[in-house]
Order: sequence, then structure tokens, then C-alpha cells
Amino acid sequence: MSITYLEAIREAQARALADDPRVFIYGEDVGKFGGAFKATKNLQEQFPGRVIDAPISEDAITGFAVGAAIEGLRPIVEMQFADFSTVAFNQIVNQAATLYWRTNVPCPLVVRLPFGGTSGSGPFHSQSLETIYAHYPGLVVMTPATVEDAYSMLLEAVAIDDPVIFCEHKLLYYHLKADKLPTEAMPVGKARLAREGRDMTIVAYSAMVHEALAAADELATEGWLIEVVDLRSVKPLDTDTVMASVARTGRLLCVGESWPWGGVTAEVVARVAAEGWGLLDAPPQRLNAKDTPVPYHPNLWAAHRPTARSVAQAARRLLCM
Amino acid sequence: MLLSRVLEEKLASLYRAGKIHGGVFVGRGQEAFSVAAGLHLRKGDVFAPSIRDMAGRLAFGEPVIDAVRTYLGSPLGPMRSRDGNVHRGRPQDGLLPMISHLGSMISVVNGVLFARRLRGITDVVGATCLGDGGTSTGAFHEGLNQAAVEKLPLVMLIANNRYAYSTPNDRQFACRSLLDKAVGYGIEGVEIDGTDLIACLQAVGGAVARAREGRGPQLVVANLLRLCGHGEHDDGSYIDSRVKAQHGRDCLKTSEDMLLQEGWMTAAGLEELRNEAVQQVETIVATVQREGAPDPFQHDWNAISSAHLHELHTEA
Repeated sequence: MSITYLEAIREAQARALADDPRVFIYGEDVGKFGGAFKATKNLQEQFPGRVIDAPISEDAITGFAVGAAIEGLRPIVEMQFADFSTVAFNQIVNQAATLYWRTNVPCPLVVRLPFGGTSGSGPFHSQSLETIYAHYPGLVVMTPATVEDAYSMLLEAVAIDDPVIFCEHKLLYYHLKADKLPTEAMPVGKARLAREGRDMTIVAYSAMVHEALAAADELATEGWLIEVVDLRSVKPLDTDTVMASVARTGRLLCVGESWPWGGVTAEVVARVAAEGWGLLDAPPQRLNAKDTPVPYHPNLWAAHRPTARSVAQAARRLLCM
Repeated sequence: MLLSRVLEEKLASLYRAGKIHGGVFVGRGQEAFSVAAGLHLRKGDVFAPSIRDMAGRLAFGEPVIDAVRTYLGSPLGPMRSRDGNVHRGRPQDGLLPMISHLGSMISVVNGVLFARRLRGITDVVGATCLGDGGTSTGAFHEGLNQAAVEKLPLVMLIANNRYAYSTPNDRQFACRSLLDKAVGYGIEGVEIDGTDLIACLQAVGGAVARAREGRGPQLVVANLLRLCGHGEHDDGSYIDSRVKAQHGRDCLKTSEDMLLQEGWMTAAGLEELRNEAVQQVETIVATVQREGAPDPFQHDWNAISSAHLHELHTEA
């Protein structure tokens, strides 16, 4: 048996719906159509009344989920593309993220964001918004990089009592495969050592983990042993695991697909610089997408985002510092 | 209405005395419409008031002390010093705490109503309030359209108080009447004189009853005038005298006049009611003023409830 990242997300939702009558799915075209990416395919048939097509209204979709969460239900909202969640930004950051702090009433909802670039998808279907949501207190931001994590972290997202921004990478949907779904999982909030090394640490998350691993393969042929840390969730951010890795290697490159100004990579570099200065043999570096909207043409897009090649180049520069 | 007016007069006076940390926003002139909502909703219903709905809140059952504690920032209040004034609520009791972004509460009420329906709980109504300014927002459109599509028992109350902060109706909307919105969403609507208590009670009562019967979302537009500035910091000097002449009746005064004319109350009885309200408010304010302030060093500074996911790294 082989299961894709997308199928893992569907299976996690099916299991959440089956295990807990409080769970329901709400979003555009999630019903009979099964979602723009088919992440909810056949779920409406299996769970009638609990997989519901919404009018095109990201703001109202999210407010609706907040209301249902106040009542003790566990809504899963599908944003058709992460980009469209900017329409719901108010409800996410002002309503969902502040509810527990203001009232002591928890707000258990999951907003699924199909995010990140794919070839030809352009400025409005490619954005990586984990940085923006991680900036706001009151939200948990998950960025699974593997099929196993996509499954187990989505189940944990549904189980916890707080609003979760679940960033699932569109590029991983169909290509990433695993033999089976996990029965045990690392808890959210813990980073994973994706590859052991000696000469440098690359910290990455989501699709960038795979670019980092490919870069590490390339550098291994040149004699460098690169350690790769997969953050898994960007909020909370597991500083301890990052710091322990940097203590072993003395060098840090942090790679993210979102834009360079501020953000997750800046946060990792700032923490390591502030708390691990003495561990570093060279200035900590980061690599992000270019500071422009995401381009449409595949040639431009491939140059816009970090890839195994640009990660390896950045790593080589850092190894020589 | 009277208790609401007395309480807000006290809060305004505390504001002028510098005893309140943020702003004070009162519902002077809107009490009749607001109280009609609170009186027609039952325990178990849902209410998402807007900033001028003290009267509706009290009628729905919000304790006076919740308002005073929130305005004064008492740690014993429902918002535990974390949020102030009109943003208070008790979501677990069906009183939703508003955010400042107008129209945002509509879809939240929809979500609560949907959750009740999914759980098989019927016979529930959710009401929410806005001013004329709030009807210009995308959230208003999305929320009302959503309620209409889902056929939810939502009662949308719009107090057309002529000014959104300082912006008059003719810079806010270009339709003939805000009642036209009902047509656009395929829902039922009525328009009334919001300074007439009987008209308010009948219209809101009818809308609540129709929603409870399963006739879907209901819209009620009340024409009135905000008899004050946007908040206590604002003298409302932009209010046009012609608008004042047309809509500026004080609903509390007209209600009291009606009670006297119909012989349902005497002047002495009204005076006694006012004195009781003043006494109640003074006692509660004195109590809350003794409750002290929050201690930042004892405060739980975590914004999420899942303790295992608290960011340990709060300061670099």
C-alpha cells in the first residue's frame, strides 16, 4: 500500500469525523465535489450533514467556525487556497486568536490552508502565509513536511482546544508518498531531526525540508555532512532542538518558502544569534523566496523560491565562512 | 431602558472624572430598540450586541456588575482586565463578546445557531445588532447571505442612527432604505420608528417569533438618532439640526410620557424607579472600585489554552 500526503489529510479528516460527532467540515466546494484538491472526496456521503458547502465568503466561513467552536463543536475549515484566507484574516486573527485570551473560552477550530507554490499557479494561488499567522498570539501554526506528519498533526490539530492554522503544501499533495499511516507520532511542538550531520545545520519546514534534504545529498558527494532539522510546527517553535543541532555543527542556514522580510527564518536566526552566539563558527544565514509576488511562468517561479540547488549554493557559501 | 440610561450616565461621569481606562460608548436614544431585543430573547438564545446595546444586554440578563467591572478593568469581571467596555461578554452563556470590526459577529452567531441545529437543539434564536455604518462592510454581506443560505434563525437588528461616527447616511449607502437589504438577501424585513417603544417591541417580537418558527433570517431596521457623540470623547457637533428635528425624539422620554398618559405609572412611581436604579448602580460601582487592579506579575500571559504548546520562548 502507498498513501499520498493528500490522502493522509483526507484519511485524518475521515477518522476525525468518525471518532468525534463534534467534528464537521465547512468550506467552498468541499461537499459532493470533494474539494478543489479532493481533500474531502467522498466524505459528504460518509458523513451526511457534516461536510458542508459554504457560499464564497471566507470571512463568514471562519466566523461561522468560531461560533460553532464556542458551542463546543470542532470545525475544520478548508480554505480553497491559502491566499484566500487573507479575506478571512480579520476573523482568524481578531476573533479566533483572541477568544480564549479575552474570555477564557477555548476556540477549537482548524483552518486548513493549501499553501505554497506549484508550477504556473502565480501570485494568488502560491502564497506562504505561515509567517503572518505565526506572528499573532493565540494561534498554533502547523507545517507538516511528511505524509505521516500530515496525518498525525491534522488529528492533533482537531484534538486541541485552540485555533490551528494547518499549512498543507500543495506541491507535496500528489508526489509525496508513504507506505502506511502512522500509529504513533511525535507530538506537535517538537522539531524532528530529518538527517544527521556534522558540518552545518539546515533548519526548514514543509516543502523546504525536501529541498534541504536534496541539497544535503548533493553536498554529501562533496564530503560535507549536513544536518537537517524539520521544524514541523512554526508556532510553537522548538528552539531547543534547533539549538542542540547548532551546538553539534556550529553553522546555521534556515530555509523558508515565504518572503524574506521578517518571518520564520528571521525568528530562528534571531533566537540562535541571541541565545547561541557562542555555539556559532560563522554568522547564521537564511534563505527565502525573493521579495516579490510569486511569478507565474515556471522558469521564474523556480528561480523565485528556494530549491535544492539554491539551498546547496547558500550552504556552500556558509561552509566557507 | 431606565436602568441602562442611569448606568450609562454613571459610566460617562466616571469617564469625565478620569476613572475609566478606555472609552465610554453609550446608547442614549437607542434604548427602546435595544431593549426590545433583550426582552424578546429567552435564556438559551444567543445575543451579539453592538456598542450601543446596554439596554438590550441588561434585558437579556447581563448583570450590571459585568458592565461596571469591564469598564473599570476589574480582574473579577468576565474579561479579567484583558478587554474593556463594550467588548465584554460571556460566550458560554450565549452573550457573545463583540470585536470592533463591524459585521464580524453575524457569522459567529450563525455558527452558534448551526451548532445548535447540528446537535438537534431547536427553538433557538440568535440576534445581533449593528448601526447603519456596519451595513457597509463585507462581513455584513457575507454573514447575512450565509444565514439566508443556511436558513438560520438569525434576527438582524439595524439601528439607523444616522451617523457612523461622524459620517452621515448619504455618505454611507445609496439605497432608498436599509430595508432594501432584506430583498437582496432573500429574507423578510420590517422598518420601524426606533423611538417608539411599542413599535419596537412589536416589530422585534414579530421578527424573533418568525425566526423561531423556522422562517429563516429576519431583518429589522429602526429609524432613530444617536442622542450623543460616538463616544464620550465626542461632542457630536456634526449632527445636523434638521436630522435632529426629524429623528431626535428621546425614546426614554416618549416611553415615560406614554406610561403616564395611559395611566400605567404615576410621576412619583417613575421617580421611585429612577431612584432605585441610581441606588443599585451606585452600590455596584462602589463595590467594584474596591476590587483592585490586576497584577502583571501574577498574570497568566498565555494566549492559548493547550499548556503543552505554550511558547516557552517569550523573551529573547
